[in-house]
Amino acid sequence: MRRLGDGRRIALIWLVTTTVAMVLVAVFLAPHLPPGNGSKEASGQRFDNEVLTLTSIPLITLIFVYFGYVLFAFRDRGDGAGDGPPIRGHIRVQTAWVVGTTLTVLFLAAFGTYELLGGAGGGQGSSPVFVPAAEAATPGGPPVPPLQVQVIAQQWQFTFRYPSEGGFESAQFVLPVNRQVELHVTSLDVIHSFWVPALGVKADANPGVDNVAYVTPTRIENVRFECAELCGLFHGYMFDTGRIVSQSAFAAWVKSQRAFVAPVTKYLPKYSTSYLPQPAFRAG
Amino acid sequence: MNVRRLIGFNLLTGIVLGVGGFYLGWYGGHWLINGLDIKSLDYFGDTDQNDVSLFLAYLLGVIGFLVGLGFANYPLARLRGYPSSLREKETTGISRYFGLSTDHKVVGMQYFVGIGLFFFVGGLNAMLIRFELLRPEPNVIPAGNYLTLVTEHGTMMMGMMTSGILGPFANYLLPLMIGARRMAFPRIEALTFWLLMAAGVILISAVFYGGVPTGWTGYEPLNVQGNMGMDAYIMFFALVGISMCLLGLNMLATVITMRAPGMTWTRLPIFVWGVISTAVLMLLAAPVLIAALTMAAMDRTVQTSFFVTAQGGSSYLFEDLFWFFGHPEVYILALPGFGIVLELMAVFARKPVWGYRLAVAGMLGVSLLSFTVWQHHLFVSGINSDLRPFYMLSTELISIPTGFIFVCAMGTVWRGRIQFTVPMLFCLAWVFNFLFGGLTGIFVSDAPSDVTTHGSFFVMAHFHYTIMGGLIFTFFAAIYYWLPKMTGYMMNERLGKVHFWTMFISFNSTFGPLFALGFMGMARRVVTYPTNLQPLNDWVSASAFVLGISMLVFLYNLVYSQLFAKVPAGANPWGSRSLEFQLPSPVPVHDFDRIPVIVGDPYGYGEEGAVVARPAFAGAGGQP
Repeated sequence: MRRLGDGRRIALIWLVTTTVAMVLVAVFLAPHLPPGNGSKEASGQRFDNEVLTLTSIPLITLIFVYFGYVLFAFRDRGDGAGDGPPIRGHIRVQTAWVVGTTLTVLFLAAFGTYELLGGAGGGQGSSPVFVPAAEAATPGGPPVPPLQVQVIAQQWQFTFRYPSEGGFESAQFVLPVNRQVELHVTSLDVIHSFWVPALGVKADANPGVDNVAYVTPTRIENVRFECAELCGLFHGYMFDTGRIVSQSAFAAWVKSQRAFVAPVTKYLPKYSTSYLPQPAFRAG
Repeated sequence: MNVRRLIGFNLLTGIVLGVGGFYLGWYGGHWLINGLDIKSLDYFGDTDQNDVSLFLAYLLGVIGFLVGLGFANYPLARLRGYPSSLREKETTGISRYFGLSTDHKVVGMQYFVGIGLFFFVGGLNAMLIRFELLRPEPNVIPAGNYLTLVTEHGTMMMGMMTSGILGPFANYLLPLMIGARRMAFPRIEALTFWLLMAAGVILISAVFYGGVPTGWTGYEPLNVQGNMGMDAYIMFFALVGISMCLLGLNMLATVITMRAPGMTWTRLPIFVWGVISTAVLMLLAAPVLIAALTMAAMDRTVQTSFFVTAQGGSSYLFEDLFWFFGHPEVYILALPGFGIVLELMAVFARKPVWGYRLAVAGMLGVSLLSFTVWQHHLFVSGINSDLRPFYMLSTELISIPTGFIFVCAMGTVWRGRIQFTVPMLFCLAWVFNFLFGGLTGIFVSDAPSDVTTHGSFFVMAHFHYTIMGGLIFTFFAAIYYWLPKMTGYMMNERLGKVHFWTMFISFNSTFGPLFALGFMGMARRVVTYPTNLQPLNDWVSASAFVLGISMLVFLYNLVYSQLFAKVPAGANPWGSRSLEFQLPSPVPVHDFDRIPVIVGDPYGYGEEGAVVARPAFAGAGGQP
């Protein structure tokens, strides 16, 4: 049998390794990538993570196979053979590499943009141009405007205000399932970040800024939310559990909670997209 | 010993005048506030938080320290009409390491020891952080101290290690590599080092003033809210910024103006190109940091409100300014490593650097593109979200020039005679680490994916793979490779291999699982975490302790081989063709008796009759 050249051997090993690795990753790892399928946005982000993972597999195997082969085959055997051949470059290999990496990168950037505009990124920002289309509250029904929920961050607690439900404020985070929600995230003091890992939501809470994020939960579950931006002493304790409930349960919760906090609601400041605190200096 | 020899312009005088200046500023500041009764500074009068005093104390302390070291002597002498001279360069003996020296080789060694000390302090902080994270609820370290530890670790590493390779190795070797006798601005070279040492002490002093709660990013308005320890953070980073800026300027001026005859741009060693691209970033990015921190300092002292939203400022402004510096900063850390990897691979594969021009294009490309990407740190901040596609594209474009370095490394080892020495092992580890650091960078740069990874342990693991895997591994490669040149004694090979394998394995075992932790929803800089993440966190902590032990192995190797075993290295222990290895080890004070004329590049391995320089040094142009 004729001996294959080093380059062809590497290509062959790489082809086999990549195929096996791609199949293994696609079957065993990809379905478990975060942030899961807790919301429409989360599903989009998970698909995005899948594509990124699968795209990077061929590159990982290429570097591993190449270096594994080269380090073994071209090791210094101590036979005093002197220096290696003075190869200073190879214009076709260099060009192929540049073109190949450029195309991969452009594909990834285009794909990321497509996913972002398709809703996988929420639509965070104070005045987003790309907002997701209004969705129906029930399957097959007419589109309704999204449910407005304000997330108010302060040191070291999140509270939630429901302006369309009478503007009451609650420490509980409750959302109806299968309903598009428009989160308005703002802060009263320093920068926080509202992160719900299972829903694929992360939006910084800046003082004086209304940061909008969209989310449509698709599963009834309890979700952990936490602060993802260092906000001072008790940053590590700024987490809690929220609930995604059925639409009827949500209506019932709103009714009871609204009555429960009614004595406080009348003292709340008027609903606003941001609350600038009074000039204040040190917290201590 | 003769006590009178201690008196003069040296480190001791510097410390004495530094402490004197500190207290002068401290009490002067109190007098300013309480004695003069300035209305706008009234706030400080009746609190024990006097930021004005502390800033004045640090400022006068640094000035006193520099004057004590002798930095004022030369300007004053020139003012009085004395001719210019470089007398500081003439001294010999151990005492020259404890004072102002304009010999680039002395400054290089000073940097090596000084940076090394602060690197170990930063590393110890990391050990304490991982110790605290052994349990999901706080056990030993309270929340406030934990944040201070996180900040001290991050700021020390990000600030000090910017000069981690340029400080010791570029200062020592760059003039030798380009055939120069000194750096372009020898006094500025010394100034960069002593500024950095003063900065390091100031950062550590933050623990005496209530600590720093912000992490190394120092985001507003938490910055304005913080204790007086925040002033130490601001002063530290501003001094580091000044030092960085001057270091970059000095490097560029040296390479541009002081190359030996015949040292054309394409004959420069590839490491020098790594230094050039880093120096460009240092020179252009650091001023933005200094400006941002000056504004932050004014917000904290004279009650301006650049960053205070409640009074018309903007916290976005600080984020923008910080990351406009901060992203080039991470390439300041990574780029010297690129140069070292290619430089060393050529020597240990006994082949020329493959695709030299492509590698240069890669480094300069990374350098230029790094100024266009800073807002990818702000994808979820709500700042102009419609620009996210642009920043996603510009960020991912950086992987193209980074890929050039990979393909050049791959081409360089192809059909070589690869010798698995300790420096080579560290370079190969760079390939492994930076591959994962770079590929996870694609996740972080992709806006939809970044929703999960931003501010989580994933991004923390990512930048440890690029910075620790990219900078610290090449830092050690450089130590094993060039320290014999600098001290004249070899490092122990066997201990070096023990160090390498413990470090490489425990590094991956520490930071690999952090990707998973981030994906499972663990945020950065938290002192508590969900209980179901404890097993993985314990694994990471255990690995981190082994990583710490591997550093002790290195320390043992360093002390043992340099102070006790003392195996002479000879002029050219690695059979390199580069110019610095044609000089004796350690390099004498007068390095080049005659400036050589360069007739070829240093990569003529395997080429018949290739010559680097004339007059031919001992060993040049052939096997040593």
